Amino acid sequence: MKKLRRKVYMAAGYNTVSLGTGRKEFNPKKERPGLEHYIKEAGQGTLKQIGGGKNVDEGAIGNFMASRFNKQGHLAGFIPMIDEDLQYKPCIRTEGACASGALSLASGIKSVLAETADVVLSLGVEVQNSMKAIYGADVLAGAGWFKNRKSGHAFFFPGQFSDRAGAYYEKYGMEYARSGMRQWFVNAIENARLCPTAQEYENKVPDLAGLYDKMTPNGKSFVDNLNVLDCSKVSDAASAIAILSEEGLERCGIPKSEAVEVISIAQVERNITNDPPDRTELTAIKKAVKQALEMAGITKDDLATIEVHDCFSIAGILTTEALGFAKPGKGAQFVADRNTARDGKIPMNTTGGLIGWGHPTGGTGVHQAVTIWEQLTGKAGEAQIKIPKDRPYGMTINMGGDDVTVVAIVYKRGDL
Amino acid sequence: MNYDERLQNVSVLGAAGKMGSGILLLTAVEMADLSLKPENKGKTFCLNAIDVSPQGLAGLMKYLKVQVQKIAEKKTVMLREIYADRADLIENECIINEYVFDVMNIVRPVTTIESAYDSNLIFEAIVENRDLKTRLFSQINENNKNKPYFFTNTSSVPIHTLDEGAKLDGRVLGFHFYNPPAVQKLVELISLENNSAEMTEFAKAFAKNLRKIIVPSNDKAGFIGNGHFMRDALHGIHEVERLSKEMPYAEALYIINKVSQDFLVRPMGIFQLIDYVGVDVVKFIMEVMNPYLPDEDLHSDLLDKLFEMGVKGGQNSNGSQKDGILKYERGNPVAVFDPETKAYVDISGFKEKCDEKLGPLPGSWKPWKAVNFSRGKKEEMLKTIFTETNKMETLGAELAKAYNAKSNEIGNYLVSSGVAHNVEDVNTVMMTGFFHAYGPVNKYLK
Repeated sequence: MKKLRRKVYMAAGYNTVSLGTGRKEFNPKKERPGLEHYIKEAGQGTLKQIGGGKNVDEGAIGNFMASRFNKQGHLAGFIPMIDEDLQYKPCIRTEGACASGALSLASGIKSVLAETADVVLSLGVEVQNSMKAIYGADVLAGAGWFKNRKSGHAFFFPGQFSDRAGAYYEKYGMEYARSGMRQWFVNAIENARLCPTAQEYENKVPDLAGLYDKMTPNGKSFVDNLNVLDCSKVSDAASAIAILSEEGLERCGIPKSEAVEVISIAQVERNITNDPPDRTELTAIKKAVKQALEMAGITKDDLATIEVHDCFSIAGILTTEALGFAKPGKGAQFVADRNTARDGKIPMNTTGGLIGWGHPTGGTGVHQAVTIWEQLTGKAGEAQIKIPKDRPYGMTINMGGDDVTVVAIVYKRGDL
Repeated sequence: MNYDERLQNVSVLGAAGKMGSGILLLTAVEMADLSLKPENKGKTFCLNAIDVSPQGLAGLMKYLKVQVQKIAEKKTVMLREIYADRADLIENECIINEYVFDVMNIVRPVTTIESAYDSNLIFEAIVENRDLKTRLFSQINENNKNKPYFFTNTSSVPIHTLDEGAKLDGRVLGFHFYNPPAVQKLVELISLENNSAEMTEFAKAFAKNLRKIIVPSNDKAGFIGNGHFMRDALHGIHEVERLSKEMPYAEALYIINKVSQDFLVRPMGIFQLIDYVGVDVVKFIMEVMNPYLPDEDLHSDLLDKLFEMGVKGGQNSNGSQKDGILKYERGNPVAVFDPETKAYVDISGFKEKCDEKLGPLPGSWKPWKAVNFSRGKKEEMLKTIFTETNKMETLGAELAKAYNAKSNEIGNYLVSSGVAHNVEDVNTVMMTGFFHAYGPVNKYLK
């Protein structure tokens, strides 16, 4: 498909708080809200902006592992719980590990393109503080090939990306690489401090870079090449957004200026049973980005902001290279030079990303879309960045597993 | 017999007790780790948890399971390597469960002493009764062909009396954990002159593997920890008796408890500490120590009286504080037991009056917790607080200065009387075993 055969929009985004360590209200010893609470809050948050469930034709919910985190499968069945007008409407649950959220977006976009729906309620949710991190690591390892689990690290995914970081250190130097990773972390927290729903919103550490430098990676207690600040958060949260056709916008009474148009979407799958061809490269992301930009008929230089999948700081660095902003090995420099900071050349993850805002695995893809919608329509509050007129585009890149499932989407404000 | 062989068969006497259960946990984990080493494959490791109470042993096994699971969760990275050849153990959860099983599988909870006849090492953590300890050691020694090492956790009985009484030929030493053993980093190691070098080396290696800090102490009743605590407590009691001539007993006790906690920036007041350890235990330790101290009288009529009235303190099985000299609500003292009226007197009725009498705390004052965990600023904070206290002439400041002077004196006495090798060891014991923010031998208060 060279371009979308019908106009598709997104509007009425909503994020719950990302709950977990860092939030004052989080107490692992006390009972916390469950899946139902998050799905309901996010769903109703979006429905309120589009005239209620009666205007919705279809529901889609992205979720990775509620079956293990919460012993709950069959999540599509929770969509009619959000609003009684959703009862008996078609609903679907999507799963692609940490890209489950973006697959929910893709499912909605495809329904609108297929003209089987004009308004789709797309959600993403994960409630993962239901167990200690050491057991959560088992659950999240399901995003890799189970046959590799035995030889993998206790913290399986941090282990995978520690290996990527290790390969990058070996090729380009550890201190150099960590200067970029450190800045990635600093940006994430500084951005999260501007977003009230972010997990690190209340972070008051005065010297973030100093804190980062103090925490040398220690393979005895964690992984060899990353410290915990290099990692995304363990989060409970949900996000929701409406995916609409032009008719859908009209039905819901949403002006195009309040919506973003989906200019292109690329969905890429890499064989999960193969190791990455090169640990210093994110090949699936590279492919998805290329396809999405080509379909949109733009280049990376037309983008005003990007939400990238920084499950680990090294993934952030490698994504700047996959996007073509930096040549192989130069991504760390690009980030260290503050090019991806909110006032930099290409602001990334303006509300904190996975490291600062939080990473409710199956919800992240939808959260990224909500952030881009907020930024392009001027609804980002204190986190708002300036969107240059000559660079009106935004992009989301959601990744599942170790560069296995990738969805890249390009957006622009609906009336431009 | 090398280190691993020595630990192949061990018995803990009094395993269901407060100290015994902690010692059992640490030993079980150390033994399981040895059993999982490739060179020990196929060897059986056995840890007898011996106690007179079947009910206590049932509780012990539950405690063990919970604690071992926590330990396993913290060292899963290492456990994955240990179980690398077990194809059936894939996820962390399976590996953690297997480790918990492997540790529990070493432990044999029993009520019969005969199980100790095959052991190479005997840990003793029973009540502070010298005759009973001697009798058990003697019985095991006569029936055990392995010439086992006897490690006693006594905090007050001179070790040489056990050696002589049970005819152990120097195969006994003091290995004194602090409560709770699984958490407290300190072990007081009390060696005898006729201990073999091999036994002392083993004790040191064992403590090191348990990640404990060893402070050597000489074989004088009470050693360093109780040597200081008992005398410090007696000073507190004497101060209450002195002040009681001018004010009601309950108020005097409240004042000294507050001075020894707040004005001295300690984790708890002296009477709360006595309750924590147990009035009965403190009285008992003093009784055990006293005969070996010809020049002093380590004894308190007040404690005897309280003990007779059933005022004992100590802890409930869930770790909460039982009422004793003080009455507690959510761990905080709310009333003082008055032996005259045999009733608790509410602190709220006289608190304001007493606080006024004591005078204010220094302006720079911070509670013990804030000072002790202030990461690198502790020294400076203590200096500031106590410099200010030194300039104050209030009752609170004067009592604090006198209290600290006595604590200093006790610390120095422990060295001059040959209990401790030096003041640093005294300070280490009080700081690691009693969580004091600073040692008794200090120059803060004048």
